[in-house]
Amino acid sequence: MSHPANATAFLKDQSRAKWHDETLWIVRQKRDQTIHAIPEWEKLRDLASQIKEHTLSKLDFYLEELEKNASANGIKVHWAENAEEHNEIVGRILEEKNCKAIVKSKSILTEECHLNPYLESKGIEVVDTDLGERIIQFLKQPPSHIVMPAIHLKKRDISDIFHEKLHTEKGNEDPVYLTHAARLHLRSKFLEAKVAITGVNFAVAETGEFVVCTNEGNADMGVHLADTHIACMGIEKLIPRRKDLGVFLRLLARSATGQSITNYNSHFRSPAPGKELHLILVNNGRTKQLAREKFRNSLKCIRCGACMNTCPIYRRSGGFSYGSTVPGPIGSILSPGIDLKKYSTLPFASTLCGSCSDVCPVKINIHEQLYEWRQEITKAHGTSAKGLSMQLANGIFKSPLAYKLSGKMMRAALKNLPESIIYNPLNVWGKSRNLPETPAESFKDWYKKNRK
Amino acid sequence: MKNDAPHIGLFIPCYIDQFYPNVAIATLELLEKLGCKVSYPLHQTCCGQPMSNAGYESETCGTTEKFIKDFAEFDYIVAPSGSCVLHVKEHSPSIPKLKKNQAYVQSRIYELSEFITDILKVDSIPGSFPHRIGFHASCHGLRGLRLASDSERNDPGFNKTLQLMKDLSGLELVELSRRDECCGFGGTFAVTEEAISVQMGKDRIADHVDKGVEFIVGGDMSCLMHMQGIATRNRENVRIMHFAELLNQAIS
Ligand code: SF4
Repeated sequence: MSHPANATAFLKDQSRAKWHDETLWIVRQKRDQTIHAIPEWEKLRDLASQIKEHTLSKLDFYLEELEKNASANGIKVHWAENAEEHNEIVGRILEEKNCKAIVKSKSILTEECHLNPYLESKGIEVVDTDLGERIIQFLKQPPSHIVMPAIHLKKRDISDIFHEKLHTEKGNEDPVYLTHAARLHLRSKFLEAKVAITGVNFAVAETGEFVVCTNEGNADMGVHLADTHIACMGIEKLIPRRKDLGVFLRLLARSATGQSITNYNSHFRSPAPGKELHLILVNNGRTKQLAREKFRNSLKCIRCGACMNTCPIYRRSGGFSYGSTVPGPIGSILSPGIDLKKYSTLPFASTLCGSCSDVCPVKINIHEQLYEWRQEITKAHGTSAKGLSMQLANGIFKSPLAYKLSGKMMRAALKNLPESIIYNPLNVWGKSRNLPETPAESFKDWYKKNRK
Repeated sequence: MKNDAPHIGLFIPCYIDQFYPNVAIATLELLEKLGCKVSYPLHQTCCGQPMSNAGYESETCGTTEKFIKDFAEFDYIVAPSGSCVLHVKEHSPSIPKLKKNQAYVQSRIYELSEFITDILKVDSIPGSFPHRIGFHASCHGLRGLRLASDSERNDPGFNKTLQLMKDLSGLELVELSRRDECCGFGGTFAVTEEAISVQMGKDRIADHVDKGVEFIVGGDMSCLMHMQGIATRNRENVRIMHFAELLNQAIS
């Protein structure tokens, strides 16, 4: 399905769409408030961007440093070229441990690799422990946002889901009551699991440690109760030194939710006595993106989700309309790198307003990359009907006479916009908008009479 | 007109020429009232933006070449459209054989309010416009040309267009609840993502209408055309106006 079709469907339920837009806008406003309390905010963004830029320019070097230092700390480091390899590595460790149930926290990467269905096909019970993720797991849905995975659901929906799955009181929408029920339910899962899987927010090359940021403390709960901790990270999650971390921790929570810092920022450096700690470094197309000069800095992303909250298209079409693991503006520049054809409508799902680029804490030029992907996509798709009309348009604009004739024709006969005429023979513009009134003469005609 | 006045090439984007000649006339007259010598090269057509944003930048070489040739002889090029100016500056394909001229054109092209504040060094325009207005900050001017500070960044606040209106007597500027949200036009986006485009436009208009705005004023006719189309269809009690028209009418 294309983004426009999905978005049209999303907007059919007007009140839900309005609520979705307003909810995310509140998050953006909270973010605005906290960043304005930091006079050096723009400097922090510059710094973060430079650190990431530097890291990406020496990614191989820093990855090897990470591997060396992490191994020295007693962490078992694995490399996965793609999603399948990642899943196999996880599967193998679970087999060795004879583990039939795991708890998981915070990993969009495992979502990207489709780890849950893989493990479930092997008869392993997977429990996502972030509250939002657990909710959508009950519904067998993917996350619709990378930081607030269940943001598309209302309290009423969650109450219904919990009533069905956890036997809470029907119609009770009290968040405290519902959270309490989830906590009890998850506690039993934490106690059963021998293996805990987490994502990684930042890995520090210098110290061979990594940091996981959560607001619910569930990653810690899972890891501390389990004998084995498997951490999965995309190879771009790297920073060189521990002292760089402060820059990113200050930016991350503020950009994501407007908090000054995430509640739990847990450092994992070596396994506790008698336990095992695995770190899987996943490529899955990242080095390919690194090689694309125009798009490489999309790998600076720290997954704060701010670009989604600010994006007027995301807010009005929902995360599922993008059909990709990472939705919204950043998803629209990452996904075409994975499958240009499948995601060909995403770079066009933007007005190029640039809000995403200005909100991004690591200064990714998202809207410019959207523009660049458009150029790549039209080239890759060859001469389509649209391409032909573009050449025609170039022909018209190149020649003043042709332009004048077509302009006259348009004004007199077709009464349409130059653009929509060129792009679309059907009058899509006029479905819900009036056309501008046609003036008696163009400016050019007026100028000839009045100034020449 | 002063003798040493710079010679300005007036660039009127294609849809303004065809549909909003009054905005072009106001731009011309305003610049003349401010003492400029202005010429409109008669053979100009379009900057090529609609095609480039649709992914066909490479198809606009002819259009770009023509643009450079039409405007390379002027001291400055001024247009009442941030979006088209941004396109010429940043997104027109490079034409190797016209390298020098292209660089010149790109460094000399200005959006109207930017030209008046930064080059003519006019701080504000005296006059009167006794109405409640809402300002629509168009994205390409706002975040592309930085004609004003935006709400995402933590920068000192400024707005080159509003600065020009600050001393108009009777003008009441209304504060919007989302001061710089996109209107949803976005060129071909308005057609390819019709549903969202219209929804965004409706939301944008509602913000103004809820605050009792008489005129939605902005610097890009494309955004204004989109909003006007929706406002007219829905019989909203609000009018749309380009700031060039406002200033030209208000100037004393
Ligand atoms: S692209 Fe920037 S704003 Fe978007 S999620 Fe990544 S870091 Fe956050």
